Amino acid sequence: MLSIKNLHAGVEEKEILKGLNLEVKAGEVHAIMGPNGAGKSSLASVLSGRQNYEVTEGSISLDGKDLLDMSPEDRAREGVFLAFQYPIEIPGVSNINFLKTAMNEIRKYKGLEAMTAKEFLALSKEKQKLVEFDAKLVNRSLNEGFSGGEKKRNEIFQLAMLEPKLSILDETDSGLDIDALRIVSRGVNKLRSKDNAFIIITHYQRLLDYIVPDFVHVLSDGKIVKTGGKELALELEERGYDWIKEETVS
Amino acid sequence: MENSTEYLEEIAGKEYEHGFVTDIEMDILPPGLNEDTIRFISKKKEEPEWLLEWRLKAFHAFEKMDLPGWQNFKMPDMNFQGISYYAAPSSKPKYDSLDQVDPELLATFEKLGIPLSEQKSLAGVAVDVVFDSVSVKTTYKEELNKLGIIFCSFGEAVKEHPELVKQYLGSVVPHSDNIFAALNAAVFSDGSFVYIPKGVRCPMELSTYFRINAQNTGQFERTLIVADKEAYVSYLEGCTAPMRDENQLHAAVVEIVVMDNAEVKYSTVQNWYPGDAEGKGGIYNFVTKRGICKGANAVLSWTQVETGSAITWKYPSVILQGDNSYGEFYSVAVTKGKQIADTGTKIYHLGANTRSRIISKGISAGNGQNSYRGLVQIGSKADNARNFTQCDSMLIGDRCGAHTFPYIESRNNTATLEHEATTSKIGEDQIFYLNARGIDTEKAVEMIVNGFAKEVLNKLPMEFAVEAQKLLAISLEGSVG
Repeated sequence: MLSIKNLHAGVEEKEILKGLNLEVKAGEVHAIMGPNGAGKSSLASVLSGRQNYEVTEGSISLDGKDLLDMSPEDRAREGVFLAFQYPIEIPGVSNINFLKTAMNEIRKYKGLEAMTAKEFLALSKEKQKLVEFDAKLVNRSLNEGFSGGEKKRNEIFQLAMLEPKLSILDETDSGLDIDALRIVSRGVNKLRSKDNAFIIITHYQRLLDYIVPDFVHVLSDGKIVKTGGKELALELEERGYDWIKEETVS
Repeated sequence: MENSTEYLEEIAGKEYEHGFVTDIEMDILPPGLNEDTIRFISKKKEEPEWLLEWRLKAFHAFEKMDLPGWQNFKMPDMNFQGISYYAAPSSKPKYDSLDQVDPELLATFEKLGIPLSEQKSLAGVAVDVVFDSVSVKTTYKEELNKLGIIFCSFGEAVKEHPELVKQYLGSVVPHSDNIFAALNAAVFSDGSFVYIPKGVRCPMELSTYFRINAQNTGQFERTLIVADKEAYVSYLEGCTAPMRDENQLHAAVVEIVVMDNAEVKYSTVQNWYPGDAEGKGGIYNFVTKRGICKGANAVLSWTQVETGSAITWKYPSVILQGDNSYGEFYSVAVTKGKQIADTGTKIYHLGANTRSRIISKGISAGNGQNSYRGLVQIGSKADNARNFTQCDSMLIGDRCGAHTFPYIESRNNTATLEHEATTSKIGEDQIFYLNARGIDTEKAVEMIVNGFAKEVLNKLPMEFAVEAQKLLAISLEGSVG
């Protein structure tokens, strides 16, 4: 589904990603771990098309289409979803109206008719239930005055509604208490299918107790330096990152 | 983020859609202003002597007045002698049915999307249209007559209800109030008149559309609304003008009188020609609007969406004379290109337990300069008066400006006054967040601006809300859920 080849990217002349390779197939969950400053969030930004990042070399394709050629909105319409580490507040724009607009823009891109209000509301109810999202938050202004946990849960609710091919969860576990973490993880697990894929960016192994990955990658200094199964996360939790750095150097 | 910046530039430079000129025969007075001009207008309108006297008094006051110097922009050159003070479609200006209206004129209103045609009036809006200086069509008159409601052109009111006009004309905005109000009193050529009798709730929105068409003309209309005890009316005003290289002056006066337990809602969607990207041309919208809550428990509500004009300069005001009376002012002012807005309100609390609420939203893009200027005055007898003021500014791009000038004068220590102000920039983060959900930058900005102005837009009657949203290029909020 996703193929990243020799990706070099940075901000203002500073190279952050230095030849990153990653292949993600439909149905897979990939965890990306790594020390601070390794380039984890930069990878999320580059994938979603944040424009202060400049790609200097390499390619990213989604089902054969060149992502780097696309605007952020077209990437979203093609099925890339970024769950933000810090979701943005937009006063006066209701959560539900925002989602309806997003959904219909994506449908329009795909040549589908806009959803009627009735269909949309029914779907919204169903997904709220699925990911245990508080109905009260649905009609409030987008993320305005939401707690940190509520914002993260709103990201998962949006994910459930928009049904993307590829979801990138950028440190979704940060700032979550254990109950919220469980709810978010349950939501993601329910949304996993053979047709979609997830990239989960996290500092901690804890999240991976709940969302069990197929692959764990260690990102260090802009490159994936080690790849393993879910056991690798446990090992990292125990031993830290330094041994890998040493391993790579030697 | 480059493309959002480009887009922001683009919306800041968006073209004006109502800039067409209607080619119809006009009676135009040559430019110039003296006593003869005023006598000419008064005669043309077959006015009684007392009104001519009042006009002349205003003219003499005007002659002695200087242009103000306190505004937050450079006063443009005002050549009062270079303006034509009377322009009217030369075909018969009074109509009983739509069939008698000049087809060119109807086509104009069609282009403007004005609900003149009878099918549109099913929507329940009675319309008075002022084309350049003359009121050309008032719909729904008969139906309103049955309820005793008077809704007609000002000129007609002078002829048919002189006692009412005489009683209230200049009672809220005196003929010498300020230089532009004095000019208006001297040369006003038409406008709308509304009287809602005691205990009557006007069953439909009343609406006036103003259109400047002729070249070198000013528009000086006058609106007078009187709501007798326990009456209610919602009144809408809309305006457009063609694109002209020269600036045109619009100096209107609106007076509103609200008696005991009565309520008046006055909404404006102002879309005069703003001038081109270099700031050439455009309307000077220098308007005096004031209402008085004369009786106890009276309510007056101003809502304005100001998107047009080269310079918008006005402070729709409320005098809260009656005890327990309430006044409010909800405003969205958008300035882009080289537009300037210096607008806000003045609320005078005179009676006891009077309350007021001010919500002002300023949006600046391009090189636009947006000032909120508001006065809240609490008189010595206004025990327990309360005011809440919130004034928010949004900046789009980095060449525009937002300014706030709040004035508070209190002579009564039982008053409660609150003032909140915020300034925000449309953030790239906000736009990117919406982009990342499949929403393009154009729509994203619309949504963000819409959200920002929502509190004010929600105040507009549905009929107008649609137009206002189109003007702000905003998608409708709250259609779901």
